[in-house]
Amino acid sequence: MSRTYQLAAGMPALAAEGASQHRALIITLFAVFVAATLGITVWAGRQTKGAEDFYAGGRQFSGFQNGLAISGDYMSAASFLGIAGAIALFGYDGFLYSIGFLVAWLVALLLVAEPLRNSGRFTMGDVLAYRMRQRPVRTAAGVSTIVVSIFYLLAQMAGAGALVTLLLGITSETGKILVVVLVGIVMILYVTIGGMKGTTWVQMVKAVLLIVGTLLITFLVMLKFNFNISELLGRAAEESGKGAAFLEPGLKYGATATSKIDFLSLGIALVLGTAGLPHILIRFYTVPTAKAARKSVNWAIGIIGVFYLMTIALGFGAAALVGPKAITEANPAGNTAAPQLAQAIGGGADSTGGAILLAVISAVAFATILAVVAGLTLASSSSFAHDLYVNVIKKGKASEKEEVRAARWATVGIGAVAIVLGVFARGLNVAGLVALAFAVAASANLPTILYSLFWKRFTTSGALWSIYGGLISSVFLVLFSPVVSGKETSMFPGADFAFFPLENPGLISIPLGFLLGWLGSLLSKEEPDVKKYAELEVRSLTGTGAH
Amino acid sequence: MSTAAQPPADHGPHKAHEAPPDAPHEALPFTEVQSGAEFTELRRSYRSFAFPLTIGFVLWYLLYVLLSNYAGGFMGTKVVGNVNVAFVFGLAQFVTTFLIAWWYSRHAAAKLDPKAEAIRARLENDAPRGEGDA
Repeated sequence: MSRTYQLAAGMPALAAEGASQHRALIITLFAVFVAATLGITVWAGRQTKGAEDFYAGGRQFSGFQNGLAISGDYMSAASFLGIAGAIALFGYDGFLYSIGFLVAWLVALLLVAEPLRNSGRFTMGDVLAYRMRQRPVRTAAGVSTIVVSIFYLLAQMAGAGALVTLLLGITSETGKILVVVLVGIVMILYVTIGGMKGTTWVQMVKAVLLIVGTLLITFLVMLKFNFNISELLGRAAEESGKGAAFLEPGLKYGATATSKIDFLSLGIALVLGTAGLPHILIRFYTVPTAKAARKSVNWAIGIIGVFYLMTIALGFGAAALVGPKAITEANPAGNTAAPQLAQAIGGGADSTGGAILLAVISAVAFATILAVVAGLTLASSSSFAHDLYVNVIKKGKASEKEEVRAARWATVGIGAVAIVLGVFARGLNVAGLVALAFAVAASANLPTILYSLFWKRFTTSGALWSIYGGLISSVFLVLFSPVVSGKETSMFPGADFAFFPLENPGLISIPLGFLLGWLGSLLSKEEPDVKKYAELEVRSLTGTGAH
Repeated sequence: MSTAAQPPADHGPHKAHEAPPDAPHEALPFTEVQSGAEFTELRRSYRSFAFPLTIGFVLWYLLYVLLSNYAGGFMGTKVVGNVNVAFVFGLAQFVTTFLIAWWYSRHAAAKLDPKAEAIRARLENDAPRGEGDA
């Protein structure tokens, strides 16, 4: 118990004086990672010539490489910082994120990865617009890709802001803004120079760093508890001040009937969101065949699964060894629990071991954020250039060179938007924000993808109804939920215009997305394009004529 | 080469092939193949495996979420030391995810891949313009 308070007292000191070597070490490691990955990016950029290189990395990655890159693309600040923080503060309820994020991969494996690889080229819009009228459906796909990616980017930026505040002792607003701008610039460089190839390598490097870093912390935590998980849980429950309830569901979501429904809503959004995330979907295009896509998802499930198992040690370890008081003092949303745990397990605030581990884990967290934001920026700029610019604005009449140039400019534009939003997003729990992105993806994208691939009678109207219906309803419900206003933890705590009681809209907006796609197809006078569906179905299941 | 500017439906892979965006892939007899016995069997073999399995794991996951919500007492029952039912249930979700991924991949390799490859090979060999470059 005394340890907790000692650390709690030690935290502000970390952000103030006596930590300048820590800071120097963190900044050095971070600079090394940025320099190394930018080197890789420039190397990859030399091999990036046409659209296929820029969007799909030349489709030359192996199943294992892509599995690693998918893991690097997927395990975001929400997984590493957000889940560790959620478990450390709310115990068992935080673990739901880990489970939902993993089980979700089965939807991608069984229903989406292979057919998508077989029938699309560069974007999600390729498959959605396959047998539909190109311009309206591609517009919808582009809009929804960009909205989902921006939500997700916001979460990563919030994580970056939180980290910086704790680790570098930057408390001035200008300093924090500067760091968000820096992250944004590096991400723009990765994508504009390296395209998909550069981004993929950055994601692979990051995945290895994240897994190694997490293994190290997990090993040290378990060593402290003699590899006895029951002992770890017992100590976490004791230090949390909540006792056995800390190890049972309900601390965060069990309070009222409404919060229980919120938990269900979150659970559904997590499991159905993954297969609708554009930055994940475009990764399936980087391998040569559907079989390689299957193999990459299997590798990803293995890597991601092992990682999420280790969030138990991270989260409960942080609760046991750092304590909720010190965690909330450093960041009310718990986003810094993992780096704080690294410091504690290395010997505490004033030890060399603590300083080194803190620096290493912080650098890993920065790497995590950079790799994910690069993937998100690439997904949205690809969709902007390929779906909106070439196929809608230019009506398919743009040269490949123009298309890649448009994608690069879109990267700069989306990067700028992400930087501006990131400045405002500090202080929100990143796992919660990402859950919203999952809800939007599951409501707007997943129904349309599944109907497109598997339902003969699906039409353009159906596609538009389900994309816009899912998109608008989920964003609308979030806007009028406690996430945005009405609560102390809201984005605008001063205002209260919330009338929707749930923080996660999935429970309403996901079924609505499916329902609207079905209704839109049945109610429109438009005949489904049977010939094109034959083509899509045969190609998606056999790989005939796949790129 | 301007194929990059076209929707996916109408590219003769890497061949200059200036079809309007909405033109079907007229070169290959997709409709005939789709209604043929071989493809019907492939579709059945895929769907009858993947669809029920998807419903199954989603229900199994929802059961876990609902039990967490509404059966706190049961989930809080200690199994070994401080490890309770909720914990075991959570770990079981990991185990079933790994197992389902393995099971599907085995099914796909044994039952789906050979059929898909046979249909694809025949379609592409019959194609007048040598379609398909994977």
